[in-house]
Amino acid sequence: MELTKQEESALKGEQGETMQMAYRILVATGEATDADKLIPIKWTHLSGVNYNTIGDAGEEFLSSISKDARVKVKTTLNPMGFDIDNVSNYGLDENFISKQLSIKNSYETMGVIPSFSCIPYEIYEIPKEGTQVAFAESNAAIHANSYDGLKTNKESAFSALASALTGKSPYSSLRKEDTPNITINMKIKNPDELSYGMLGFFAGKVGDSSVNISGLSDMDNRQCKAMCGGMGTSGTCAKFIFGDGDSNNEKIDFDEKALQNVHDELNTAENGDIITLGSPQLGLEEITELTEKLKGRSFKKKCMVFTPRTVKTQMQKLGYTNELERAGCEILSDCCTCLTPLINKDDVDVVTTNSIKGAFYLKNSNGVGVNLKSLSQIIEDETK
Amino acid sequence: MNKVLVAGKVSGTILKSKDSINFLGTVDKKTGVISDKNHDLYDKSLKNFILVFPSGVGSSVGAYTIYSIKSNNVAPIAMICQKADLTVATGCALANIPLITISNEEFFSLEDGMKISLDTENSNPIHHQ
Repeated sequence: MELTKQEESALKGEQGETMQMAYRILVATGEATDADKLIPIKWTHLSGVNYNTIGDAGEEFLSSISKDARVKVKTTLNPMGFDIDNVSNYGLDENFISKQLSIKNSYETMGVIPSFSCIPYEIYEIPKEGTQVAFAESNAAIHANSYDGLKTNKESAFSALASALTGKSPYSSLRKEDTPNITINMKIKNPDELSYGMLGFFAGKVGDSSVNISGLSDMDNRQCKAMCGGMGTSGTCAKFIFGDGDSNNEKIDFDEKALQNVHDELNTAENGDIITLGSPQLGLEEITELTEKLKGRSFKKKCMVFTPRTVKTQMQKLGYTNELERAGCEILSDCCTCLTPLINKDDVDVVTTNSIKGAFYLKNSNGVGVNLKSLSQIIEDETK
Repeated sequence: MNKVLVAGKVSGTILKSKDSINFLGTVDKKTGVISDKNHDLYDKSLKNFILVFPSGVGSSVGAYTIYSIKSNNVAPIAMICQKADLTVATGCALANIPLITISNEEFFSLEDGMKISLDTENSNPIHHQ
């Protein structure tokens, strides 16, 4: 990789240990992704916020670098472990809460915007087409590259943090013109968001850095997010392009059998004890639609609804919060289903969800059973 | 393709996986044991092995898992992949775990249980013992 004099100097440690670490990460990342240089970026989105995922190592690391590290560009970040407004309902131990608040404090000290959301593309204005960004959250990176006209690598927690501190990122494959060598043909008729999530999960397994997807009809917002979430969970693929792609591309059908295989892998139980909606978090449009669907109905069991804090504030003003709480929902902001400490296998055997990403982590990290259903099926089966 | 992502020099025993590894969610941060029942290395600890696997997959927070298993002294002493991914590259960079990628041919020639030495300064970094 070719570095400027200023970058070389930082790598040697002449601008302090924090900058040296940041550039070391950028160089390792650049070598991994065949970059020949570093380029300026306009916006970074960080992962590595939930104490449940980064643990003491992460908490101590962030506390230590926050003494002198400051972000150089607009920087937003992923959900943390809980919503301070209702954390007392969940019996989380004091240690978890204080470590999580320390992480929150470290990021704020560094100058990060406390968005605690995995859907930055829905709550912030999208910069002009072709803008270089650095998004660590996998579903957001895929969304940015595939829908929003932005360019990002699928960053790691560390490469995004290094980009936030330096304002630079390696000029790698997905920032340049990228031509997928695989085309996935969507064969499922009348797909719901669950089918799109499973398509994403399937595509993420077979795709490399990007895939073509043919046979797609118009997707609504929830279906689109479901697909990005599914894809980010199963592989390294960080972009999809609509269409047949190159005629030499390997063609793979996503048919009923492929869908059934994904379903069998992730659906491990029937009849959830609770329901979770979100991963990715629900935006205002989905919340509005959910409120509509629940008019005159209520859940027979608790339904956890995850949404960004900015949306929670809007919902309250619009009266949706009251309506959803009446229907048995609990609204949680700043956190999400993915790697939540709020669902514990001592209290919960099975979770019902329509999230592929949520299902994967509930099954593998929380160790609970998962019952996968589309939102319309959940409302049909679980409300009265 | 041969690449040095994180430099270093170690000797040890290979633990080889045919499956990719999603460090976030399937590797226990305290014990370094793989917890995914569908995984090739289910119930095995990564501690002190030279871990040979196709590549990392899944959420990028996995880099912190690599940092955590290193802090908890249950990390592999080096990693060798077919394909570099950002999660493993940056996790190893921060945890200072040597990481290289090698050709498919070389990858298939490495077997579970083999004793090797790895020196990234050497143009031919892997030597069988």
